[in-house]
Amino acid sequence: MRLGLPAKPAPQRTEQIILFRISGQVFAISSASVKEVRGADGLAGGTTEVNVPGIRKVQEAMRRGGNSLFIVNGAAHFGLPASQGALVFVLRKTRTALLIDAIEKMTTMTRLQALPLSFCHEERKWYRGLTALDQVVVPVVHPDGFLTTEEIQLLEAALPPLENSLEDTSSETQLPQ
Amino acid sequence: MTVAAELELKSFVLLRLGERRFAVAATQIAELVAPSRVFRFPHRTPKIEGVILRRGRMIPVCDVAESLTGKRITERRLYLIAVRSYGAKNEWVALPVTGECELINAELMDASPSDEPHVGGWLSHGGDVIEVLNLEALTPGSEEVSRGAAPQKSLEVQP
Repeated sequence: MRLGLPAKPAPQRTEQIILFRISGQVFAISSASVKEVRGADGLAGGTTEVNVPGIRKVQEAMRRGGNSLFIVNGAAHFGLPASQGALVFVLRKTRTALLIDAIEKMTTMTRLQALPLSFCHEERKWYRGLTALDQVVVPVVHPDGFLTTEEIQLLEAALPPLENSLEDTSSETQLPQ
Repeated sequence: MTVAAELELKSFVLLRLGERRFAVAATQIAELVAPSRVFRFPHRTPKIEGVILRRGRMIPVCDVAESLTGKRITERRLYLIAVRSYGAKNEWVALPVTGECELINAELMDASPSDEPHVGGWLSHGGDVIEVLNLEALTPGSEEVSRGAAPQKSLEVQP
């Protein structure tokens, strides 16, 4: 009697994520969503001040490829204690650059659980869901969840007219897509 | 007790929050578990403390004590994992409780229009009249979801 070959297990779907920290809180973001990682110090001089009442989490914008990216202070966005912010994530396909404190590590998640329905306020826009890494729950942020369309319009309107400012080319790390 | 009378009885789980006892329909209870680490992360939903990890599932922890008794509970002995309905979808929610829970059979008396929304009915047990909780009104989620915060499906990671 010949036994059939054992069924090949389906390859596990995974997603590369970056774990990062803001005011002591760890978050995750898909590494595919992060176009660049830049030092916040390296932005000095390459940013424009933006001041829109009601959008205190954005105080600066940076020029990037003909567009302005708005630098969102992660601590202010999430309502965490203020922190200095050492790094900036330039988020792919958004107008957002996210100010964070530090990168913890890059890792892989195999399962993303939708945010439980009990969470029913702004956090539903902030997070794609939750993942568990080594028995620790980490929220996975949504790159589009930092600024609404209306906020972007208000921020754009508050920007000074286009100057002949040089596009900032200071130290950066390009992440593969 | 006649058969007819027995048919009127339903099962409830009695839970304790501080000095008071409340009841939840036994059909809405999944399990009773020991306290475990609550994972907290930023959010804006009142009453929700965070989530606990239970057999790979992340279950929101909803402290209902303050709404029901006016006081937050400091001592928690167990989590009552209840099934909370969101329209056609059910999800688990962990309710911190301060004492042992008890399974009883009792007759449910309907809530009156003057009762608080979280009161789903009343039952009489051991000389006490006890509120039967309406979890849909007590725990967050219902009104916001119906207002259009689209519920997301649990999903496996897409490469």
